[in-house]
Amino acid sequence: MNAYDAAQTMPDRSSRAVVEEELKVARGRRMQRIAQVAVGVLFLAFWELAAGPLIDPFFISEPSAVFAKLVDWIRRGELFSHLGITLYATVIGFAIGSVSGFSVGFIFGRYERVGAVFDPYITAIYCLPKIALAPLFIMWFGIGIESKIAMSAVIVFFLVFLNTYSGVRDVNPIHIHGTRIMGAGEWQLLVNVIAPSAAAWVLTGLKVSVPYALIGAVVGEFMSSNRGMGFVIAQSSALFDTAGVFAGLVVLAMVGGIINEGLKRFERHVLRWRG
Amino acid sequence: MAIEIQSVTKLFVRRGREVVALDDFSLSIGSGEFVAFVGPSGCGKSTLLNMIAGILEPTGGAIEHDGKVVQGPNRSVGYMTQADSLLPWRTAEDNVMLPLRLRGVSQSEARERVAALLATVNLSGFHKHFPNELSGGMRKRVALAQVLAYDPGTLLMDEPFGALDAQLKLVMQNELLAIWERTRKTVVFVTHDLAEAIALADRVIVFTGRPGRIKLEERIDLDRPRDVFRDRFSTRFQAIYERIWQALEPEIKKGEAL
Repeated sequence: MNAYDAAQTMPDRSSRAVVEEELKVARGRRMQRIAQVAVGVLFLAFWELAAGPLIDPFFISEPSAVFAKLVDWIRRGELFSHLGITLYATVIGFAIGSVSGFSVGFIFGRYERVGAVFDPYITAIYCLPKIALAPLFIMWFGIGIESKIAMSAVIVFFLVFLNTYSGVRDVNPIHIHGTRIMGAGEWQLLVNVIAPSAAAWVLTGLKVSVPYALIGAVVGEFMSSNRGMGFVIAQSSALFDTAGVFAGLVVLAMVGGIINEGLKRFERHVLRWRG
Repeated sequence: MAIEIQSVTKLFVRRGREVVALDDFSLSIGSGEFVAFVGPSGCGKSTLLNMIAGILEPTGGAIEHDGKVVQGPNRSVGYMTQADSLLPWRTAEDNVMLPLRLRGVSQSEARERVAALLATVNLSGFHKHFPNELSGGMRKRVALAQVLAYDPGTLLMDEPFGALDAQLKLVMQNELLAIWERTRKTVVFVTHDLAEAIALADRVIVFTGRPGRIKLEERIDLDRPRDVFRDRFSTRFQAIYERIWQALEPEIKKGEAL
């Protein structure tokens, strides 16, 4: 890195305007954090106070009970074994769905004829509510983890497929022609132009599909299973254990949030050229 | 001859109608010659350039470049357009390096040559910048360094400075001429700016409106090396401008009347 680059990336703290601007941004960010925490605390306090005098805790439980439930699950080691199974199905389903969705989307986008032939069938299956496939997967793969993987893979497949397809079709023809004239063969064109150009679309597809992979796995567990977070929630509900249902939801929401944040950072790094 | 255009015809079909872009067009361009194409929009000047580049195929006739008939992308030319052709996900340095890497130059040698090329176009210190962090003029400089990188004998330029403001345009013309003086590449330069064509070229080809044919060929006998900033105020320049404009004006008016 030469001096110019360094000057570009490091804020110039010798300037008062720069320092003031930085302070202003930091102050704004701090205020936002405080407001975020305040909203959460207020909500929990209202929930805790309302449970009982206003609404029957049978329906809404109360934060303290939900928290106690979570602590209880962790202490008995149940939480992480159930969560582990759900996450395992999510990750494998996501991997299978995204790799196959990417490959098929890429081929259809690159070879227009192939895409045109399969298009009506893909559209028909796409319009099908994927959850309606769950009974079929249970017949095919049983009530074990395989049917949950299939469920989540199918949902992920379509999201990644459609985005990859659009991304490959969206490549600027000037970039293709220019790079060919510069000497690129088909493979080099793919690596240097088509793949990076489609990356923004593909990443969007991947990002959107992560929560859906989780949904697929949990829905599969609702239908029939004896393990996993979906099972825990369904069982708590069957036993009228409202605190257990909420505790399960809290766990799923937290997992989803963590995964999303990770993806956001990954995307920011890969697409940093967008500035 | 560097480029031989042999009675080339190009037809397009648009909305069920036949459009004749070029009709029986012939032209020879000498090695090291700087030729400019001017004409009303839609006269087929860019189409012809794209056929020399091998992006489009002629409907009839043939184009020879360096004695070989052009078929498929022409890898022995440098091609520069008005639109940004730089890959936005590559830094300035990586963009200039791309043609070298595609042609099998090793990473370390390519890096060295890229540094020299960026210096040639006065862009040292911007190696690590992505195109969207550069100004329009800087992006043009990177694109110029990119086509110079693999040292093609011919440069095809399709209104390369069309999107720049008036002053910057002159600066870029000046730098292009300086590079051309040193390297003496064959240049085919498409523009709708008559003053730009005269300031740069050895020969200006005026196209008729669609279908494109040659309306006028004018040799520009201004002394080299030229000064793009001042030449345009000389009486010789203005006489040439007037003569070519006489031929160009009715073609442009014809297009407007449609």
